[in-house]
Amino acid sequence: MSVFEYAPAPESRSIVDIAPSYGLFIDGEFVDGTGESFKTVNPATEEVLTEVSAGSEADVDRAVRAARRAFDKTWGPLRPADRGKYLFRIARLLQERAREFAVLESLDNGKPIRESRDVDVPLAAAHFFYYAGWADKLDHVGLGTKPRPLGVAGQVIPWNFPLLMLAWKVAPALAAGNTVVLKPAETTPLTALLFAEICRQADLPAGVVNIVTGAGDTGRAVVEHGDVDKVAFTGSTDVGRQIARAVAGTRKKLTLELGGKAANIVFDDAPIDQAVEGIVQGIFFNQGHVCCAGSRLLVQESIHDEVIAGLQRRIGTLRVGDPLDKNTDIGAINSAEQLARIRELSDIGEAEGAQRWQPACDLPDRGFWYPPTVFTDVSPAHRIARDEIFGPVLSVLTFRTPDEAVAKANNSTYGLSAGIWSEKGSRILRIADQLRAGVVWANTFNKFDPTSPFGGYKQSGYGREGGRHGLAAYLEGADQ
Amino acid sequence: MIGNDRLAVRKTYKLYVNGAFPRSESGRTYEVTDAKGHFLANAARASRKDARDAVVAARAAFPKWSGATAYNRGQVLYRVAEVMEGRHVQFCEEVAAGEGLSSSKARAAVDAAIDRWVWYAGWTDKLAAVLGGANPVAGPYFDFSTPEPTGVVAVLAPQQSSLLGLVSVLAPVLATGNTAVVVTSKDRPLPAVTLAEVLATSDVPGGVANLLTGDAEELGTWLAEHADVDGIDLTGAPPKRAMEFEREAAGTIKRVVRPPATEPDWTADPGLTRMTPFLETKTVWHPMGV
Amino acid sequence: MTHVLDPDALSDDARALSVPLPPYRDVTRSDSAFRAFLHGLPGVDQVGAEARVAQLGTRSIKTTSKAWAIDTAISMVDLTTLEGADTPGKVRSLAAKALRPDPTDPTCPRVAAVCVYGDLAGVAREALGNSGVHVAAVATAFPSGRASRAVKLADVRDAVQNGADEIDMVIDRGAFLAGRYLEVYEEIVAVKEACGDAHLKVILETGELVTLDNVRRASWIAMLAGGDFIKTSTGKVSPAATLPVALVMLEAVRDFRAATGRQVGFKPAGGIRTTKDAVKHLVLINETVGPDWLDPDWFRFGASSLLNDLLLQRQKLRTGHYSGPDYVSVD
Repeated sequence: MSVFEYAPAPESRSIVDIAPSYGLFIDGEFVDGTGESFKTVNPATEEVLTEVSAGSEADVDRAVRAARRAFDKTWGPLRPADRGKYLFRIARLLQERAREFAVLESLDNGKPIRESRDVDVPLAAAHFFYYAGWADKLDHVGLGTKPRPLGVAGQVIPWNFPLLMLAWKVAPALAAGNTVVLKPAETTPLTALLFAEICRQADLPAGVVNIVTGAGDTGRAVVEHGDVDKVAFTGSTDVGRQIARAVAGTRKKLTLELGGKAANIVFDDAPIDQAVEGIVQGIFFNQGHVCCAGSRLLVQESIHDEVIAGLQRRIGTLRVGDPLDKNTDIGAINSAEQLARIRELSDIGEAEGAQRWQPACDLPDRGFWYPPTVFTDVSPAHRIARDEIFGPVLSVLTFRTPDEAVAKANNSTYGLSAGIWSEKGSRILRIADQLRAGVVWANTFNKFDPTSPFGGYKQSGYGREGGRHGLAAYLEGADQ
Repeated sequence: MIGNDRLAVRKTYKLYVNGAFPRSESGRTYEVTDAKGHFLANAARASRKDARDAVVAARAAFPKWSGATAYNRGQVLYRVAEVMEGRHVQFCEEVAAGEGLSSSKARAAVDAAIDRWVWYAGWTDKLAAVLGGANPVAGPYFDFSTPEPTGVVAVLAPQQSSLLGLVSVLAPVLATGNTAVVVTSKDRPLPAVTLAEVLATSDVPGGVANLLTGDAEELGTWLAEHADVDGIDLTGAPPKRAMEFEREAAGTIKRVVRPPATEPDWTADPGLTRMTPFLETKTVWHPMGV
Repeated sequence: MTHVLDPDALSDDARALSVPLPPYRDVTRSDSAFRAFLHGLPGVDQVGAEARVAQLGTRSIKTTSKAWAIDTAISMVDLTTLEGADTPGKVRSLAAKALRPDPTDPTCPRVAAVCVYGDLAGVAREALGNSGVHVAAVATAFPSGRASRAVKLADVRDAVQNGADEIDMVIDRGAFLAGRYLEVYEEIVAVKEACGDAHLKVILETGELVTLDNVRRASWIAMLAGGDFIKTSTGKVSPAATLPVALVMLEAVRDFRAATGRQVGFKPAGGIRTTKDAVKHLVLINETVGPDWLDPDWFRFGASSLLNDLLLQRQKLRTGHYSGPDYVSVD
């Protein structure tokens, strides 16, 4: 009997209409930028999707002025309940155009349509829906009565969850009464530009949301602009450091969501099949382009072989390929640059003595691809156990006792997330208490929700996104 | 200066590190005068290495202090207030001399400082309820958030308010379960050393609070750059160096409390503002199934 | 309890058989040893299992793979009637459909078996002859299993004698839930012996076991006792064959083969009514245990109405337009 092959099941891309070029979204209008244009490509094919303006310092200034005007004249004075209603509108519009956003996200980012459709876009809409409800309840956030918005928020977001990170930034900022200038990542500007269209469909007052595309220089201009009151950044720890330096000595409030090197700890009494699944979700979700990815597997020595065998079997069923195919589990690496970094660190892992394992899988000829990879015999001193790889590469370490597990898990300059797998409730709570990480997933991994605060300890950043904690980053109150 | 016909036994003012009272490893001291410029004492002038030792002590003390029950921490902080009360006169004299206050104003400052410990003692076991809680996620999971201490916090204490200001920046750091390395007011360090003696005798474990007399301008850099310091309160930083310290703190993504433009009114209700900067929010998810 | 028939029916042969395959020879040496073994199996996190099947449920099976899946599913159907009102006529008409599910299309594959009560196994056998379509009979006081062991064994022997070459037994859920695992095990061993050459499918009735941990333990009892198939449900209790249950049982047969070398089949039964349901199960097999189980020898659907939906979908793929209930036979 033949094997059960899945015929290609591509999501149609005809639903998206990509213009040949895009300007900047400033003061409610698409305008030409004064900087150079740059191309954005589909990382799965290297096909050029469109040209996008790189916002210059002057463009950023124009956007900040528009945001300031909107803060002073329209958005600031608006009834809080009406602010909420605009956000509800945006949430609904995102739901209505969900498929379009999902396809565009997969085209521009390379992530599988299953994830953009089932995770990124629904969660983005959920974030707007959640924060919409807060807009007229700010007295109850926990910052004392009548907390004040900060003013103009400059927001710089990464390429791994372009629309979702936009939602995490824009929704709480607007709910709290701020206006925003947002810079999407250089390689993934398209869903932010489509979001600009949503703002227009929602009749959001001009200048409340401004989107300035570009690369590092544009981001720097946003962060360093003198009339920005708040900076929110998600991205690498290196850039986070530069931003923290740049805002030093200013009045700007800062929140940072940076890198991670999460330990995913599997005890010998774990529900093994679900743990294997959780390890896979932990490191291969979104090609491992996840700051909270469970990139360090800490497995109890007594079940190491069993877990690795199960993991390899399971990884063998992962389907790598066309991001638009509904059956694809692992899509394309977002850029050539990122692919080079993944390759470099993997090669270092091998050179340092770790054992590399990859399943047999055919990778497309064009585009940026890296197969799911597991390194065993990894020591805590290896770079692949310390550096954030931000790719589908898992480093496996072992431990013998709970104390050792905690010590190894915490042996990192990062502290964003962690996982615990055990059937013993008492142990889970104790280990969760001891881990120095902002999000601890016990018997699950990589779960997100707008009501649930997310953010790191140590060099994974500060401030939280999600929940009422996420609003505090955009408000000033007696209690803050 | 106490008796009339008896020659007083003067106190040697030393550092407070890891529960002990060492001199500065550098052997340095500096002259402390009262508000009118009269000699009061030679205080130890903490060095870079003293700051380093204090950070080591604070790190070592962190697991136990942060792991203590909130009830226990509250009792310890309340005990500090109790023991301070017994040294009320001494604190009043030192504050009056150092800050040049009338005895009634000095007494008010000492009263407020003691009451501040009581206030923070009462906070330890309320924070989790006020700042944390269950999150109603859309799925079969129980999800809760709790505040947790950041870790080792360096505090550049206010330069003007030598006791009330000091307590106002130190107590919140301890109440939240952090451990502290404090650089005290440079010119008015004596109440801090007496406070150290109070801490040493009031159940605060050694290393939890480390008080360094000396110059924040000199020590601030080392603490701001120190990779094992998780947060820094720049309240007492010299204005011309504060931005530089903040930049240095960015190197390891420290939590930073920026200095106010001018020293605030320390008698005002502080709210949560001095606790939240040095608290992390930890969110834990667990499935709900049978 | 006293029984009219000999309550201790386990023969010496069966006792010999009752020793499980290595490396599990010693796990049934005592009640406590067996309990320790079963409770030492890794736990199942229900939410995680449900999330896994939900994700697999998003697989999009189109065009050629859908055609393959439909034909494969038809060939895996145990076409079932288990009603008090069953008659020889009803069984004969079911047998005719089993042999030629789609009268308009001779390329349509046959089903795997016809599944009936034991007293009608003879009618089914006569109608199916040596066609290769198996005769499956439910036995052991199906569906409740509440009878003495002797009655259950007599039920099995009767069905086999009537021509059944597959026996679908029910486990003693009462004994299982009371923690008398060895008793459950020994009964399966005895039934297996009574089956002779007939294949034994062991119905766990997972809807009564409730937790996935119990499903995993019961699966292992049935496999250790020599069951050829493990089967979810009688179809008389709801919920029946859910996807999380199927996932756990498939993990059990996968792990059992890895440890002992013996492959055990899997049959979800009850509640699988649509092609979409069937395809989800095939995807689950494909990605949990692999293609070795994508074969009627190792996988069956226990179903009555499923076949007609498979046929309607098959016609749609063949003709390009939607079909209707008048184009498939009423059973």
